[in-house]
Amino acid sequence: MKESSPLNLYKQLPQTNCKECGEQTCMAFAAGLIDRTKKVEDCTPLIKEKKYAKKLDTLKSIVSPELALVLIGTGEKQVKVGGEDVMYRHQMTFFNKSPFAYDVADNMDEAKLVERVKKISTWRKFYIGKWEQVEMIAVRSVSDDPAKFAACVKKVMETSDYPLILCSFNPKVLRAGLEVAAKNRPLIYAANKDNWQEVAKLADEFKVPVTLSVPFDLDGLKSMAATFVGMGLKDLILDPGTAPNGKKLQESLLNFIKLRRAAVEEAQRDIAYPVMALPINAWLTTQDPVRAAYWESVLTGAFVIRGGAIMIKHSIEAYSMMPDMHLRFNIYTDPRKPVQVKPGLYKVGTPGPESPVIVTTNFALTYYTVESDVASNSINAYILSVNTDGIGVQASVAGGQLNPTKIKEAMDETGFDWKGQKYPAIMLPGMAAKFSGELEDLFAGKAKIMVGPEDSGRIVGWMKDFWPPK
Amino acid sequence: MAEKITLSDLNKTLSEMNVQSLEGVKIEGDVEIEIDAGAGGVGPLFAYYFGQEAAQIAMQLIKFAKAVGYPVDALMQPVALAQAIAPAPKELAAAAAAVPAFKIASTLASAKFAVGTDKTWRLPIQEVTIGATKADGGSRGHVVKLGGEKAMPFFPDAPMPHNPKITMDVFDMPIGMAKAVKMHYEDVINSPAEWAKKAVKQYGADLVTVHLISTDPLLKDTKPQDAAKTVEEVLQAVDVPICIGGSGNPEKDPIVLSKAAEAAQGERVLIASANLNMDWEKIGKACVDNGHVCLAWTQLEINSQKELNRKLMKVAKVPRESIVMDPTTAALAYGLDFAYSNMERIRLGALKGDEELTFPMSSGTTNAWGVREAWMVRSPNKDDSDWGDRMLRGPIWEILTGFTLAMAGVDIFMMMHPQAVAYVHEITQSLMGLIEAKTPDTASWLKMEV
Repeated sequence: MKESSPLNLYKQLPQTNCKECGEQTCMAFAAGLIDRTKKVEDCTPLIKEKKYAKKLDTLKSIVSPELALVLIGTGEKQVKVGGEDVMYRHQMTFFNKSPFAYDVADNMDEAKLVERVKKISTWRKFYIGKWEQVEMIAVRSVSDDPAKFAACVKKVMETSDYPLILCSFNPKVLRAGLEVAAKNRPLIYAANKDNWQEVAKLADEFKVPVTLSVPFDLDGLKSMAATFVGMGLKDLILDPGTAPNGKKLQESLLNFIKLRRAAVEEAQRDIAYPVMALPINAWLTTQDPVRAAYWESVLTGAFVIRGGAIMIKHSIEAYSMMPDMHLRFNIYTDPRKPVQVKPGLYKVGTPGPESPVIVTTNFALTYYTVESDVASNSINAYILSVNTDGIGVQASVAGGQLNPTKIKEAMDETGFDWKGQKYPAIMLPGMAAKFSGELEDLFAGKAKIMVGPEDSGRIVGWMKDFWPPK
Repeated sequence: MAEKITLSDLNKTLSEMNVQSLEGVKIEGDVEIEIDAGAGGVGPLFAYYFGQEAAQIAMQLIKFAKAVGYPVDALMQPVALAQAIAPAPKELAAAAAAVPAFKIASTLASAKFAVGTDKTWRLPIQEVTIGATKADGGSRGHVVKLGGEKAMPFFPDAPMPHNPKITMDVFDMPIGMAKAVKMHYEDVINSPAEWAKKAVKQYGADLVTVHLISTDPLLKDTKPQDAAKTVEEVLQAVDVPICIGGSGNPEKDPIVLSKAAEAAQGERVLIASANLNMDWEKIGKACVDNGHVCLAWTQLEINSQKELNRKLMKVAKVPRESIVMDPTTAALAYGLDFAYSNMERIRLGALKGDEELTFPMSSGTTNAWGVREAWMVRSPNKDDSDWGDRMLRGPIWEILTGFTLAMAGVDIFMMMHPQAVAYVHEITQSLMGLIEAKTPDTASWLKMEV
């Protein structure tokens, strides 16, 4: 959506301030449409009443994203691909983080296949109050045999409910896969200059989104997109080619930048489809698995940052999955929302008279890290989240947002009953150790001040050594 | 999967059931229905004609029933049945026409792709030289140039005049390091000069940064004149341009860095750094007096960066070509989103014409090693999947932290792990088209064996 003024959206609303959408006024609803906290469908009168049909159409076309949104999969695991409006994340936010599809091949033996699928679909890591996980599985037909491919797709579906990408340039192979998987709305990869007519037929027949692969030829890619749209196929993903090395790698990134710019800055709707990156191609450049995984991570970084809307990847080693997932999380974090938790006293587990009070800041990353380190080790504790304007411990100690007076006031505000505690004590972050003397004075014997570890990952060890206090 | 029912089949079935009376009965025509269950759905016209076919079978069967003497007319309403097989009503035919039948295009359309450049970018980034050769009054073997960009990094709008540079960290006393880093420096940890040599000769550092951390009153409280000697040793040991860092102590750094600046007079080093919370004027003046470049460090805040740059220029009289900015590097998973967007905004602001921001940027990429995921043996969270080998996890944390910020506009990286240095060099130069390599067929991943 290019529109940034709520007034222009307001013109297309009923203007009755009926409050059915949950907002007090239609103007507030219009503002919600702009920052995407509200959907057009939330305005029930507009949807239901025939007299608004024209406004509804106009509004829908105004708010539709500059870069098309393509849905892959069904139900809870469905992924949104594309749907972006900006070139740089600070201009608003990037909305739909690029799904990572990790590959399996149809020539793997069954036990290995099942093991890999399980590993992919159960992988998870806790980060800022959320679980990072894989979104998709890409099934490659190495055998080029329709029956083998169908059997592999079937086995994958029995093992995991993740949305699939069915990968082959052979329409017969794709058909065999679709006959097994079509009801789950997989993405097919891919139509190219040789097979496009047959693949288009499959996309229509099975009603699935389709990837158009025209590497290193943006004219050709645009032509293919226009052809598919002309046939009524609009759920398209573009593969402009991902070269893993050499000058072609530079060309690949330039093409991603050009396509994103054409879509969101120049509103070229005929090429405004989500773009697929193939970091997996790093594995074509080396036999060394560590080198390949590292290079795959680097390619992932480049394309996560500059417009790769969906990716096919290979390395499921923790050392490359973790940084890749974190990078994507960071780039797709909404910069409009402060990453803070509400200041106050939180209970982790079932704390009682024998539990410590752990002090930290209200920076969400810090708070959730401490919380998960405490909770996952089955420690019962209170956590005091002090309002530091969402700044972490180290920086807020240096910048003064965390100081002894503030900690004392924050504790007092919670009305915590120190008298009920068997060991009235506060665990300070190790990085705030220098506050301990002043805090002792402020609490005047009501609570003992103990210096905790510098990293909350070591709270569990600290508890063994220092808790209960002597 | 196609299911077929024909009346002939029905006849056969009935005869198998020994219904003798079928003999002599003539069934008019034969009706064959195919239902393709694989399709994603059926259109209205298809559904209609399917119904019609079914009704036709019914009519045949009714005729059949009559032939065998069943009183159809008395018990059922064939009139209604007859109506049911009349041609499709008008509105239904119209609805069907609105869903056009899928028609494969016979040829590909012919379209041309074109996209413009960003016309709002009008100011280039200031070019800054670090290091001075004999010709310029120094003793470096070569100089490095930063800046000069007219577009966002690796964008099609304009080529980058210089590839991003890496300066490797050297400390003037042993410090705590992650295991994956420490193993590379154990043999030189007590000698800044040997450390610097190793960084340049073995690990390909473009520059080295000597961090005078022992001057911190809480550490060794090394005297400024002794710290300056360390700088001289490093200058003797290597002939690459160098950077000089303090301990971060706001009271002592201006004194230490001024002394170091004097010791390195004429070498055009990068002095790291001036900050709004300290005597930035003293540091700025030490740079001006001794011909150095000043690193202006602020903490993730674009307006503070503008303020510091302005003060260094207007008050300390640091020339434009002697300023580099460090807007702070928050590492991957530890606030990288803030650092990235802050730098991207700074670079875009500069290109769009904000003269207080048109300076090259530096990143303290080594910060990546402060993130627990970079160095911890295993996850403190028991529900996490296994974290794998930390010796492999750490370097990639530094690589991605640095590379991400290269995409935001960083020109010079302060780094530590040799492999991280190599990868950041390789990817940034690849994206500038500087590395020749045979590119494999990019479709061959589909059938590769791994």
